[in-house]
Amino acid sequence: MDSLLLFFRKLAILFRREKFGSEMEEEMAFHREQQEKALLSDGVAPESAHFSAKRQFGNSTQLKEQAHEVVSFRFETVLQDFRFALRQLRKNPGFTFTAIGMLALGICASVAIFAFVDAALIKPLPYRDPTRLAGVFESIPECPQCPLSYPDYLDWKRLNTVFTSLDVYQRNGFLLSTPEGAQTARGLRVSDGFLRTLGITPVLGRDFNPGEDLSSAQPTVLLSYAAWQQRYGGKEDVLGQTVILDGVQHTIIGVLPREFQFAPARSADFWAALHSPNSCEVRRSCHGLMAIGRLKDGISLQTALADTKSIAAQLEIQYPDSNRGQGAAVAPLTEVIVGDIRPILLVLLGGAGLLLLIACVNVTSLLLVRSEGRRREIAVRGALGASSARLVRQFATEGLVLVAAGGAMGIILAGWLMRLLTRLIPTDMMANMSFLQDLGFNLRVGAFAFIIAIFCMALFSLVPTWRLSLSSLRGGLVEATRGSSGNSWRRLGSNLVVMEIAIAMVLLVGAGLLGKSLYRLLHVNLGFQPDHLATLAIDAPDAAYGKDEPSIALARRVISEIEKLPGVQSVGISSLGIPMDGNGNTTWFRVIGRPWHGEHNDTPQRDVSPTYFSTLHAKLIRGRYFNETDDTSKPNFAIVNQAFARKYFSSDEDAIGKQLSFVPVATKPIEIVGVVEDIKEGPLDIATPPVLYFPLNQNPSDSFTVVARTSQSEASLLPAMVAAIHQIDRNIAVHNEITMTERINTSQTAYLHHSSAWLVGGFAAIALLLSAIGLYGVVAYSVSQRTRELGIRLALGAQPRAVYQLVMKEAGLLAVGGIAIGLACAVAAATLMHSLLFGVRSWDVSTLTAVAVVLGGSALLASYVPARRAASLDPVDVLRSE
Amino acid sequence: MPKKADLLPGTLDMLILRTLKRAPQHGYGIALSIKHLSDDVLTVEEGSLYPALQRLLLRGWVKAEWKKTETNRRARFYTLTPAGRKQLGAELSQFEQMIAAIGRVLQDA
Repeated sequence: MDSLLLFFRKLAILFRREKFGSEMEEEMAFHREQQEKALLSDGVAPESAHFSAKRQFGNSTQLKEQAHEVVSFRFETVLQDFRFALRQLRKNPGFTFTAIGMLALGICASVAIFAFVDAALIKPLPYRDPTRLAGVFESIPECPQCPLSYPDYLDWKRLNTVFTSLDVYQRNGFLLSTPEGAQTARGLRVSDGFLRTLGITPVLGRDFNPGEDLSSAQPTVLLSYAAWQQRYGGKEDVLGQTVILDGVQHTIIGVLPREFQFAPARSADFWAALHSPNSCEVRRSCHGLMAIGRLKDGISLQTALADTKSIAAQLEIQYPDSNRGQGAAVAPLTEVIVGDIRPILLVLLGGAGLLLLIACVNVTSLLLVRSEGRRREIAVRGALGASSARLVRQFATEGLVLVAAGGAMGIILAGWLMRLLTRLIPTDMMANMSFLQDLGFNLRVGAFAFIIAIFCMALFSLVPTWRLSLSSLRGGLVEATRGSSGNSWRRLGSNLVVMEIAIAMVLLVGAGLLGKSLYRLLHVNLGFQPDHLATLAIDAPDAAYGKDEPSIALARRVISEIEKLPGVQSVGISSLGIPMDGNGNTTWFRVIGRPWHGEHNDTPQRDVSPTYFSTLHAKLIRGRYFNETDDTSKPNFAIVNQAFARKYFSSDEDAIGKQLSFVPVATKPIEIVGVVEDIKEGPLDIATPPVLYFPLNQNPSDSFTVVARTSQSEASLLPAMVAAIHQIDRNIAVHNEITMTERINTSQTAYLHHSSAWLVGGFAAIALLLSAIGLYGVVAYSVSQRTRELGIRLALGAQPRAVYQLVMKEAGLLAVGGIAIGLACAVAAATLMHSLLFGVRSWDVSTLTAVAVVLGGSALLASYVPARRAASLDPVDVLRSE
Repeated sequence: MPKKADLLPGTLDMLILRTLKRAPQHGYGIALSIKHLSDDVLTVEEGSLYPALQRLLLRGWVKAEWKKTETNRRARFYTLTPAGRKQLGAELSQFEQMIAAIGRVLQDA
């Protein structure tokens, strides 16, 4: 009640504030007059009575201010401070724009990158109790996190004591029959409990029933929300409709929620129950299923790992043929999903943080320069009665205005940068990183931006305040423009510049190393010529092409049709993958004539047409390529790569003529007829493993990849190739049409290296600019502070060159200091990000030298201008102006 | 010149209220009264009366009115309100309690 009354009284006064002021003035004047009269009547001299009365009354400005404060609302003084701050900033547009711009840059970069970090690493996966979910793998030395075989999965599911549920999924391209012919559609095969394990329920229809994933059950499929909208117009009568996938009728039983995402599924349209076992899944040695488990309450990952390992060991004994050497691995699901990009995001966040720091340091030193210039103002305000709390608040308000403007701009820019960055991510890659889908501002990103803003504000209001408290107010009044005070400032400013240069050095070295890694990566020896190659994948219906004869015929027909296209020089075919595809399909073999104890030599396998190697322009080291006549009537042949020859045969042994056999089911002997130079089959940054190539004619397939070399533009060849294949049969699905160069550049490794190199490079360029501006500011200010000293030196006969050298030496020392400190920090930082470096050491001398030269050069450039100005001072002018 | 005693913190409001209890006064009058009544021991930094008076006005403990003085000058006169009278009573008894307490402590020592 009282406080309400108080509020209204204050409000009443607020509306007649001017009257309040004038009445207070009159009242105080009356008081002083009376006092003066009293003193006069006491016989004091008129003049001295006047002053005495005034003195006795006290500082009337301050008292009026106090009275105002009594009756005013708190926000009024805040408002005054704001108005004053705005006026101050407007008076100095150069400073204001520079400061706000730098802050905006720093905040923009860190907020945008943090949003990515948040989306990928912080935000929990959108499943029930996501921390209890784990990826479960079989593990061999060549492949520490590998898929399970179906029989192993069933055993693991039955025997484990650590998971409430264990389910599997397999990425699968479905051949979708449509009235317009066959298409490929992205799909996922899942076990019946997969969605229940994640804790997801369909938004429409029902989940798979237990047992619905067996081949005895009717084939059923769930639609993704996007597929429901795009392919079925979002109609509810979709339930019960059928769709033909891989030639089999599937009944649509449900639709997944709109916001549901599972990155390993890419953007799968069709989620089919496994319908197991298929031809692969009857074998314990055919590994195709990725597993996820939900940990029981109180079970740690370690316990789960120990349990799965003991099951794996048990199976190893039970089924030595297929399970020898098969261990187990368990990892948090988050790691499985975002593992690859974690180090890159952390490096980028670090880079953005350093950029923000450099921006803050720069703004701080600008603020310091300004607070030096405002010493007199502050002293006058203090003398006129401003309390020191009020002065501090004034600085805090100015800091707040700067940070608010910079922050607002930074956040707008960050939103824009986020959109730009996500647009730059190729669609294929984005499908792999569906956790980035709802990238944007949320509570966590907001909190991050807020914390940054608070940090900046604290910095910007504390530093000038601290500076002011160092120098007495009286000093500020007495001191004219000459600068004895410059000394302590110079020390502080110099330290800031050294820090800035060191940070810029770290960023530049980081960018340099990442750039060099990217260059090394893109110039890694591929073992073939990637230019002028067009590639596409073909999926032919099993019903028509599943048998050996028709698939061989199809392959020949495809080659001959595409060879007819204008510009095409040669055409090759490979099933089970082409370069850059990864090492997915592996086989086990032994060398005949060598002792063998049941070990599994796990090696990627490719089945290729006779023209495949010559089309790639691969290099034959020894022996021969396959012939058109290498078919099932001949002995089995194989070509191996150099890595294979090195690993399995000693240097004086000739691989040609050696014989291999598959294990555990022995086959006809396979004779090695050729050795090719290593072709980069997998990611660019991974050494090519031993690879076995077999003749396609001996291992026919109705799904394969076509590689065509053309003398013309390979991109323009692609549509013609698609048309030629559809000419053969409209029911053949064509997908993944892409040139080899694009395949390389958009491969995950290349892309991640590419983006990190460019982003860190961008940060480094800005950092270089900011540190140069910072150095310029400090040297220029120091010159302006020392104008008098330099003028006297010149007047006493110092050569302009000497003055020039004096200034340059000062700047040079700062630069050298910064570079030296930066060098140490940079090597340390580079060591931390070694996992992102390829073919380059963290202390790469050429990069470090180049960066030091660039930074030193720009530092010299930045100090050249003020140094010139100092040297060309006219001593007469300088001394006269004092 | 004898050293003048500083006011105990928080007592200025009470002194003003006490002075006004006797008769309405303008600011200068209040300052004079305090000085005289305390035999020149208590001096208010005269100007600081005015922020204090505003505080009392805001609380509703005093009322202000522009009137003519004997010398026919315009001045703002402050009058104690019933609420102010009550407040004065409360402050006085609190103050006496405190003085008594301090006195006991000092005697004991």
